Amino acid sequence: MADAMKIRAQLQGNVADVKVLMFHPMETGLRKDPITGELIPPYFIRRVVATHNGKIVMDAQWSRAVSKNPFVNFRIRDAKPGDKVAVSWEDNKGARASIETTLN
Amino acid sequence: MQPFPERSTRRKFLSAVATGSAYFAIFAASWLRPARLLAAEWNESAFETTVLADALGKIGATSAADSDQILLKAPEIAENGAIVPVEITSRIPGTQALYIVADKNPQPLVAIFEITEGLEPFISTRIKLGESSKVRVLVKAGNKFYVATQEVKVTIGGCGG
Repeated sequence: MADAMKIRAQLQGNVADVKVLMFHPMETGLRKDPITGELIPPYFIRRVVATHNGKIVMDAQWSRAVSKNPFVNFRIRDAKPGDKVAVSWEDNKGARASIETTLN
Repeated sequence: MQPFPERSTRRKFLSAVATGSAYFAIFAASWLRPARLLAAEWNESAFETTVLADALGKIGATSAADSDQILLKAPEIAENGAIVPVEITSRIPGTQALYIVADKNPQPLVAIFEITEGLEPFISTRIKLGESSKVRVLVKAGNKFYVATQEVKVTIGGCGG
C-alpha cells in the first residue's frame, strides 16, 4: 500500500509548525459512481490525534465535509530538536494509519 | 514497527532519520494509541444532524458569544467548493477546542479540534462547502463558547456530483 500520509515539521524558535497531508477519498456518500450510477457510500476519516513526545496535543473529530486528501496544519508549543511528533487517523470503516517525525 | 527486510531500504530509512526528515509507517495492527483520548467517541449525533441549531446545541454552543478574538481566514469566493481553505487563530485565553461549521452544508458540523495547552490555538485545514454559505468557527474556552463567521461564496458546490 502506498504511504497513507506525509508530514513536515519545522521548528520556528520553540514552536513546531506541523503540516500533514493524508491520502483518503473522504467520500461524502452523496457522490454517484460515474459508471454504475450508484451512490458511493460514505468513507471518511473520523478521528485524528496528534502527539508530542507521546502526549496528546490535538484530538480532532472530522465529518465527511473535510476535503479529500485532508490537509491539516497545527503548531506545537515548547518544541525542541529531538522531539517526536506523531499523527494518527482512523476512518469510519476502522482503517488506521500513523506517521511520526523527529524535529531537527 | 516492522523491521525492514532489505539493507538498501534500511540504509535509506536511517539516512532519512539522520537528516531529521519524516519516515512513513503504516501501522496495520498497532495504531499509535495514546493513553487517553480527549474525547470518548465520535460525536455521531452532532455530525449527522442536518439542522444547524441542533448541531450547535449538540456541541453545547447554543449561546456562543460573538468574538473579535477569533481570526478566521477563508476565501470570500471559493472556485471549488470541494477544497475551501479555512484557517483559525484563537486569541481567547484557555482555548480548549475549535469547531468548524458550514451553515448551509447538508450536515452543518464539519470538524472539531480539541487541543491542549501544548498546541498553539491555531488550525488550518480544507473543507467542503455544498453551496455558498456562512462558515462559522466556534471556540470553546473556559467552558464558554465564542463565535466568528464569514460568508464564503462558492461557484461549484463541493459535496456531491
